Amino acid sequence: MSSLKEQFKRSLVIAEKNIKIYYLKGPVIIFGLVFPLFLALAYVIGRNTPFEEILPGLIGMTTFFTATSVGPSIAPWETRSKTLERLLCCPVAPWTIIVGDMLSSFIFGLTISVIPLALTLALGIHPLNFIMLLSGLIIANLCFAALSVLLSAYPPTDIPATTMMLSSLVKFPLVFISGVFIPVEHLPQWGIAIASISPLTYFTDMVRQLFIGKGFYPLALDFLALIAFTTALTFAAIKLHEKTLTQRLS
Amino acid sequence: MEYAIAVQELTKRYGDVTAVDHISFEIEEGEVFGFLGPNGAGKTTTIRILTGLIKPDGGKAFVAGYDVLKNPIEAKQRVGVVPEVSNAYVDLTAWENLVLIGKLYGVQPQKLRENATSLLKEFGLYEVKDKPVRAFSKGMKQRLLLCMALVNDPEVLFLDEPTSGLDVESARLLREKIAQYNRDGKTVFLSTHNMEEANQLCHRIAIINHGRIAAIDTPENLRAQSMELQYIEVAFNKTVNTQELSENPAITKVAPAGNKVRIYTADPSAVIEFLAEYAKKNNLRILSLNTMMPSLEDVFLKLIRGKEAVIQ
Repeated sequence: MSSLKEQFKRSLVIAEKNIKIYYLKGPVIIFGLVFPLFLALAYVIGRNTPFEEILPGLIGMTTFFTATSVGPSIAPWETRSKTLERLLCCPVAPWTIIVGDMLSSFIFGLTISVIPLALTLALGIHPLNFIMLLSGLIIANLCFAALSVLLSAYPPTDIPATTMMLSSLVKFPLVFISGVFIPVEHLPQWGIAIASISPLTYFTDMVRQLFIGKGFYPLALDFLALIAFTTALTFAAIKLHEKTLTQRLS
Repeated sequence: MEYAIAVQELTKRYGDVTAVDHISFEIEEGEVFGFLGPNGAGKTTTIRILTGLIKPDGGKAFVAGYDVLKNPIEAKQRVGVVPEVSNAYVDLTAWENLVLIGKLYGVQPQKLRENATSLLKEFGLYEVKDKPVRAFSKGMKQRLLLCMALVNDPEVLFLDEPTSGLDVESARLLREKIAQYNRDGKTVFLSTHNMEEANQLCHRIAIINHGRIAAIDTPENLRAQSMELQYIEVAFNKTVNTQELSENPAITKVAPAGNKVRIYTADPSAVIEFLAEYAKKNNLRILSLNTMMPSLEDVFLKLIRGKEAVIQ
């Protein structure tokens, strides 16, 4: 147990390192700040829908894009700059590094996603249950961070642009199928079936319930689904990175 | 006796290629152990197994008393590594790099500050400790990597080509430091291409080729095992017929070397007597005569490519 605690402390050290190095990298700024900002503006401007109706999609989309912007860039960057081997020589398990990468992605996502939330509160729009919304935001950021780290595992490339491009190929379709633009209840049956495989669906649904009291799934299910996705994606990210790690060393 | 490193029948395959082929050796505490071999011989693979980066397909490896397969974290906790393909974080300062590695080893903050300060001063990097590593020369980066390997005060140091590509001054400083840390009791596992470096620093040397240990001994014993590679370099006042010289049964080969003749033999005293007689008989004067012991490089080449490659 003490070893587990010690490894987690080392994950935090890795996260701190990632924050210093990767938060200011160009692709992270573009995919994590500029892109969600413009996407949010495009989403909001010119719509005749009340702001409360737009809000769940807006928060879901910005949280998703910011929380998934750091993760894909770390592994290829560390491979290219030849720092990965140096890191792996330290007494850290592969999962310690992956969790460290996840945490740095999570902190970035959480920090940025607080902005639209704060803006909402400033506009006088209050959620039905603030603590639940905050808990949901934390779990969703963890979930998306795990997804982003998973997306950097394969192929084990040393070109950050390749991983960024591949992760975008996954991220964009997910936004369209997750009830961001059209609430799940308005989707056809096949659309609902597809939406159910995306973690973003449950987060958007949760935010809708907590702001406008309308949702497709029960709130507890949204939470449980996000926790299940987080667990599965974290496990998959660790396993896949462990498999491809040696290929990054050559 | 507890060995600092013990390797038993270690094997690693990549597809059809056997990178490390059932190698075994032990390294005593406080020893500098050289690991020599041509490119692709299996040096880096062996180091990566010993430092817990990759898993072998067979065999066992113990570092600082810990099985690197069963307890990789415990084993890694006691070693410092300068990997072959490695770099410090160029976006961080030298100080931040050292603190990062120290924290990853769980070094206590006060001890970490002391270690980092003393190492940076010792390696001449204290004045630039707050500059990003991006601005460092290769020699400075390599010195920093050695500082990073030492920040946790390890029992065993793994150095994979630590002086490769460095200028003379930086390489010399690193060699001096390696020798100094060994005198302070650290075991050093040194992989190098530099024969002179291995000769100067190592108590014992293993030569690896095609994943197998071709020889393992002290530098002196390795040279002594290759006495057929010793030669006499002689200069006469006139050109001589090398064919006549090579007819002597004690002579293995005669090769012209500029204005001198290089005569390979396992029995130098008999050949010197013969040369004196030969000079007298042919009315020649010997201008210079030197007996040359085989160098470590000769021994290495003999083991890797065979005796003929060295003599040629």
